[in-house]
Amino acid sequence: MKRHIQEVNKGISLEELKSYFTSGMSLMVGGFGGVGNPPSLIKMILNMNIEDLTLICNDTGFPEIGVGQLITDKRVSTLYASHIGSNPNAGKQMTDEELIVHFFPQGTLAEKIRAGGVGLGGVLVDAGVGNPFVEKGQQTTTIAGQTYLIEPALTADVSIVYAKKADPYGNLIYDTSARNTNPLVAMAGRITIAEVEEIVPYGEIDPEEVVTSGVFVDYVVRSEGVDWTWAWEKK
Amino acid sequence: MGMGKEVRQLIAKRAAEEIETGMVVNLGIGIPTLVANYVRDRHVMFHAENGILGTGPSPSEGEENPHLCNAGGFPITALPGASYFDSATAFAIVRRGLLDMTIMGALEVSEKGDLANWIVPGKRVPGMGGALELAQKAKKVIILMSHIGKDGQPKIVTHCSLPLTAESCVHLIITDMAVIAVEQEGLILREVFEPYSLNDVIANTGAPFIRIDCVQKGVKGS
Repeated sequence: MKRHIQEVNKGISLEELKSYFTSGMSLMVGGFGGVGNPPSLIKMILNMNIEDLTLICNDTGFPEIGVGQLITDKRVSTLYASHIGSNPNAGKQMTDEELIVHFFPQGTLAEKIRAGGVGLGGVLVDAGVGNPFVEKGQQTTTIAGQTYLIEPALTADVSIVYAKKADPYGNLIYDTSARNTNPLVAMAGRITIAEVEEIVPYGEIDPEEVVTSGVFVDYVVRSEGVDWTWAWEKK
Repeated sequence: MGMGKEVRQLIAKRAAEEIETGMVVNLGIGIPTLVANYVRDRHVMFHAENGILGTGPSPSEGEENPHLCNAGGFPITALPGASYFDSATAFAIVRRGLLDMTIMGALEVSEKGDLANWIVPGKRVPGMGGALELAQKAKKVIILMSHIGKDGQPKIVTHCSLPLTAESCVHLIITDMAVIAVEQEGLILREVFEPYSLNDVIANTGAPFIRIDCVQKGVKGS
């Protein structure tokens, strides 16, 4: 049967995406310990002459894995993360004052990103209240006798995420624990680009299965796959 | 001090005795990870901060899904009844107090149950990850660690010298020497492991015991 409507198609090539990435931009990246970082988009950034990035990501992966490569190659000047312990380059650059690091408890960071994604100004959290390394002079408020830190929302110029499957509208399904921060990051970018293993035709994703609605996704690009060796693969 | 493989396994085995059927439990990296091997006879829901409830044992070689990993980045499996969710939901479980227990390592623990396990100023500043929320919100916090540090100094102290992860949060400490409960009034010595004596434990603990309710336990796994 012939269709008479013009379908929305957010599919795009890596080459066409290059214009969205510039030095000095803020970049939010989904993933946790490298798992769920979008490998082809990261590789593309590494191959471009881009630096001075503000990176927002759960962690800095490992030196040669995922988003960790952007750190290792000194493309990042400011970092928002909860943990850098698996990437010694991040720690060294922080000590050498080449990298400004803003640390947050993991759940707080996730909520700051989620808040940005759902259009809130911020969130109130009690994790770390009274802890000088967490509070750092942050504003607090008291509700029903409980003190909370006021944590502003985070958004970014561009969010990049990794998913298992998308349709041309950008509806996303993830793979097991590669979901992690990706659905949150997908909502928090002014432009969101999803790198996916597979793009299937309209109708092949059951609306019931969709984790991230395509309305949050601007572009979908097919992944060329992981080009690194996972830490556990090394013998 | 570095602990041998056998001692690490025995600490894990002892910690497993604290876990009951139906519990929701988060295991940290290192010795806590080993605890899962000793609860196979109980239905326990293990929680991973990246977004899984119901993690199972490591897959056999060649069966790994690189996307299915624990919070330490190592391949795992998911058991029947497991669920995947985003990291915000993973911490909703923590923040809402749905974790019955968290088992983690430590650099120092005070007699009040203060926990320091995330930062050594000027040396190691890896970021707090999820430790702070886990320690602050889990119903029960169990610490598995060597009794003394690499410098030979006690890791159980009256006041932590390192920056705190969370205050008054630790309930039980299991080391290569002893099992120590932390109660409001102070530390209670519950078990001493062979080959150590009661005096060894007292001499290597940097805070007093308010009570000694002690059993001598073999460490040879018998």
